Amino acid sequence: MPSQPLTDRLRSAPAPAHRRAALSLRAREELAGWLWTSPWLIGFFLFVFGPMVASLYLSFTKYAIGSTPQFIGLGNFVRALSGKDDLFWPSMGRTVEYALVMVPIGIGLSLLAATLLNQGLKGTAVYRTLFFLPSLTPVVAAAVIWRWLYQPDFGAINWLLWELGVDEGPRWLTTPGTALPSLMLIGLWTTVGGGAMVIFLAGLQSVPRELLDAAAIDGANAWQRFRNVTLPLITPTIFFNLVIGIIAALKVFALAVLATQGGPNYATWFFNLHLYNTAFQFFEMGYASALAWIFFLLVVSLTYLNVRWSRSWVHYEGGERA
Amino acid sequence: MPEQVHERWPRYAARGLLYALATLGAILFMGPFLFAISGSLKSAAEIHVFPPSLLPAEPAFGNYARVFDLPGVYFARWYLNSLIITCASVLGTVVSACAAAYGFSRFRWRLRDFFFIVLLSTLVLPEEVVIIPKFLLFHYLPLALFGHTWIDTWWPLILPSWFGGGAFSVFLLRQFFLQVPRDLDEAAVIDGANSWQILWQILLPLAQPALATVAIFSFLTHWNDFFHPLIYLSSVESFPLSVGLRWFQQAANDPSEPRDHLLMAASMLMVLPCVLIFFTMQRYFVRGIVMSGIKG
Repeated sequence: MPSQPLTDRLRSAPAPAHRRAALSLRAREELAGWLWTSPWLIGFFLFVFGPMVASLYLSFTKYAIGSTPQFIGLGNFVRALSGKDDLFWPSMGRTVEYALVMVPIGIGLSLLAATLLNQGLKGTAVYRTLFFLPSLTPVVAAAVIWRWLYQPDFGAINWLLWELGVDEGPRWLTTPGTALPSLMLIGLWTTVGGGAMVIFLAGLQSVPRELLDAAAIDGANAWQRFRNVTLPLITPTIFFNLVIGIIAALKVFALAVLATQGGPNYATWFFNLHLYNTAFQFFEMGYASALAWIFFLLVVSLTYLNVRWSRSWVHYEGGERA
Repeated sequence: MPEQVHERWPRYAARGLLYALATLGAILFMGPFLFAISGSLKSAAEIHVFPPSLLPAEPAFGNYARVFDLPGVYFARWYLNSLIITCASVLGTVVSACAAAYGFSRFRWRLRDFFFIVLLSTLVLPEEVVIIPKFLLFHYLPLALFGHTWIDTWWPLILPSWFGGGAFSVFLLRQFFLQVPRDLDEAAVIDGANSWQILWQILLPLAQPALATVAIFSFLTHWNDFFHPLIYLSSVESFPLSVGLRWFQQAANDPSEPRDHLLMAASMLMVLPCVLIFFTMQRYFVRGIVMSGIKG
């Protein structure tokens, strides 16, 4: 009863004299709800829903800024998917390659780091801070720092290789074969110790001590305890990090703009770089909107598949979804 | 049996291995930072020496002052721009997210639950899908209303924050408001308080940790934002740090006068506020990240 809203209590009051007051109170509550939420509602329609509808419409048009959109049906989608735009599939490929490395390795290393921080080592708070600091670095600053680390003649990385006996290290960011892996490494540096690790750490700390102790008494070694007790219990956090990680990896953009400008020879020309270039360098707003919708559908369908797939492996305590 | 062997492993050896791994991790994470800090304190001559020295021969703290008065690099201006844009956005986020969270948590209205699902689904919406119409909106709407475009102004960077401040902020504050017992506001209603007073005098004082969390994350988002300034701004003087630093980086490619040490100093100056906020508000940080992970 105490947590029941005031209006309910008033409405359940038997005296008819209260009835009119209750109704007007109910109407006032309705109005107040809409009013308080209105900043977000306006923002949603103005900056999210409206633009989504607009970009869906533009995706079926040929539209250079300043001109009138000209309806061309599925023309933009055909241009993209048929390969007439010869950067569409390569940029999609680069992006998927990037995500295929970033997601499993990133999540694996985040979990490893969180597990290390959950061992009760002395100085854990210091280690946690040191692991976390790179994820605070603005991507622009990270790119500037790493460009210098990768600098072939004076950079730290080729210097380390030189100490190991490699006379001339690779020209990391300007060779097609090494540019993409180099960006992946920057990406890992900025993400592994960040949000995913902190979420894993919270997940690990919520694993009941008694369960682990019971398993140890039954003779399970450290790996078996991790594999059979801890891992099933933290599947919800793995799932969350997976969903967020995939979306974040597919959105890769700033890193390439800053560290390689999409080069060399389009080796790091990611999908969002292609989208940005089409829209804001060539001002082909119609075609770029089609690219944006293809990207959106990709993200939505991957997220949907992820949710579907999660039912077979994510364990929610009490057997129901959180 | 392998398990037995494992269990008989001397405990100090296993512990030592864990410490070694943690230390290796710390070196890998901090190495680039330390190398950049060391580089930011080297002289122009020392920066292009191979093999590089770990520590500068004589720390050139003057590099940090030099960044602010380089010709063609408006670093002080960019820093100030970033502070203004970021603070205006943070304020908008906190104010409007509070209002929306209040509406979602304390009132029953038709479509509330529907719009809450909508709000949650915008958490995974990539900004790229809406950026082109947003760009057109910020060009054509002010043009029609005021006779001039808002492209190359700060409005497109600041204004959206004043309309809800993002799904994460609203969600986090709503969860917090829901934890405050309704008995408190009902007592206030009986005492004649209106909804402003309930928010201002009851909920907000209790929600201070959540407000701090929202403000911190909003600060980092806007301070680090590169995508939006890149799209909306073209005048160098109006740049925030993110696009300014890129401008500096690309202007510094003259090999006769190395500027890498100054670029490192500039990067460190950009990281500085983030690190300061982290160290002063660490507990709100962890709370915010964990809250984002338990929404289910």
